[in-house]
Amino acid sequence: MEGYEPTIIAFVCNWCTYTAADLAGTSRLIQPFNVRMIRMMCTGMVDPKYVIKALLEGADAVLISGCHPGDCHYINGNLKARRRIKLLKEILPRFGFHEGRLKMTWIGASEGIDFARTIKELVVEVKALGPNETRKQMVL
Amino acid sequence: MSKVVKIEVSDRNPIASLRTFFRAVLQSGDYAGLLVAQHLTMRSTVMPTLVTDPDKLDGIDPLAPVFPINAAKVVSKLSRKPIGGRIAVVLRPCEIRAFIELVKLKQGSVEEILLIGIDCLGAYGNVDYARFAGAKGQESTLRFYQNIAEGKGTAFEDFDLSPACKACEHPLPENADLLIGLLGGDLMSFLSAEAKSPAGEALLDKLGLPAIEQPEKRKNAIGELMAERTAYRDSMFLETSEATKDLTKLMSYLAGCVNCYNCRVACPVCYCKECVFVTDVFDHEPSQYLSWAKRKGILKMPTDTVFYHLTRLAHMSTACIGCGQCSNACPNNVPVMELFRTIANYTQRAFDYEAGRSLEDEPPLSAFREKEFSEVTGGKD
Repeated sequence: MEGYEPTIIAFVCNWCTYTAADLAGTSRLIQPFNVRMIRMMCTGMVDPKYVIKALLEGADAVLISGCHPGDCHYINGNLKARRRIKLLKEILPRFGFHEGRLKMTWIGASEGIDFARTIKELVVEVKALGPNETRKQMVL
Repeated sequence: MSKVVKIEVSDRNPIASLRTFFRAVLQSGDYAGLLVAQHLTMRSTVMPTLVTDPDKLDGIDPLAPVFPINAAKVVSKLSRKPIGGRIAVVLRPCEIRAFIELVKLKQGSVEEILLIGIDCLGAYGNVDYARFAGAKGQESTLRFYQNIAEGKGTAFEDFDLSPACKACEHPLPENADLLIGLLGGDLMSFLSAEAKSPAGEALLDKLGLPAIEQPEKRKNAIGELMAERTAYRDSMFLETSEATKDLTKLMSYLAGCVNCYNCRVACPVCYCKECVFVTDVFDHEPSQYLSWAKRKGILKMPTDTVFYHLTRLAHMSTACIGCGQCSNACPNNVPVMELFRTIANYTQRAFDYEAGRSLEDEPPLSAFREKEFSEVTGGKD
């Protein structure tokens, strides 16, 4: 697809990845503009339905990113999130969603460079996958 | 070696023998009540009844090849707080397994409950059962077992057991306190009752029935039934995976869905008091629909059908015990059970979990470990 720019919805936690994104911005790191970030208090509150809804509404990929294990502001919300993403990775590919459309990472508050790199890499990966089918097709 | 006793059957009527047996359970004095399926005024189906009077067991029919609701929901209602006395509940294996899931999800308790399970040879869908039974109630149940005994199978006119039952690899009530056995014996001359827990044994001791061994043929009969069921199940998994393997196929698979959410209401393990799909979250502004329609020029109404099913798969497939009440409740014959069982097979396996297997296994989404599933985060943990 000529000039295809993916849309990526990122659910990031307030304490780590959002802060990292902020740091990446204030450090003036160049990043692609494809990410729509949604700040959550914790990745542990990302219900599977948010991810499913985003993908059905035409998002080309969903990123969930929170604190490294052991660093969660709420002790273990990120570990609960990991199980939910594991679950979604079992379910969604069975209906034709490429596994690469759902990504989870740990990015700590001081890792602005890591954040920028993750976004760059993800955009390249998702560009290679092409647009999500739900962009064109009406989901019934 | 667990205690096994014999329940005599006379006049080729196992229902009458069970009535006598359950009357004795109530008269034993240890149990304040008994939950058992009965034909009431409607002879063409059964409903769970909570009985305290030993003489109010006339319509009992726990063997009827039907379960209009999964009674785990009823037992959860009865046990979510102390009920004030022990009660014995007569359930199908899938109802017991659903109840085990509910207990683990803190929706009930086994404290005051004695689980009595009966070998399950399967059930018809509600609509089919009404045709099978007509107004004949218990008599039709006896005919069902008579047909099986004579090798005529379970098919009747143009229908057979529900697909959920044909695919069920749990015909035995594994987690019951007391197991009433049909398989391998001769149902028309005796039933067996086996204690599977100290509470079950205490009850059998009190009833003073003659001890027997489980019939030798039981093992074989179970093996044969399981082979048949797992073969059906595995081909169902393959067919369903194929029929839903991409979004277009999934949409046509679910095309008959009218967003009535009956499947969620009927589902024994969908326990949320208020499902998000019936809350204000989905009470969209009229202008919202118009703007959605504008994006692609067309919008199917009601919206969110695929979204609903995918979300329910994410929310409860790890607890799905495969009773098939979702399909039973569907007004448009969407094969809901087939889809949920197929996906549940994978999601439960991913967490090395089997819904209904035991009270000890933690539900996958209620637990977590520090180091696990590092593949989810690209090998980092």
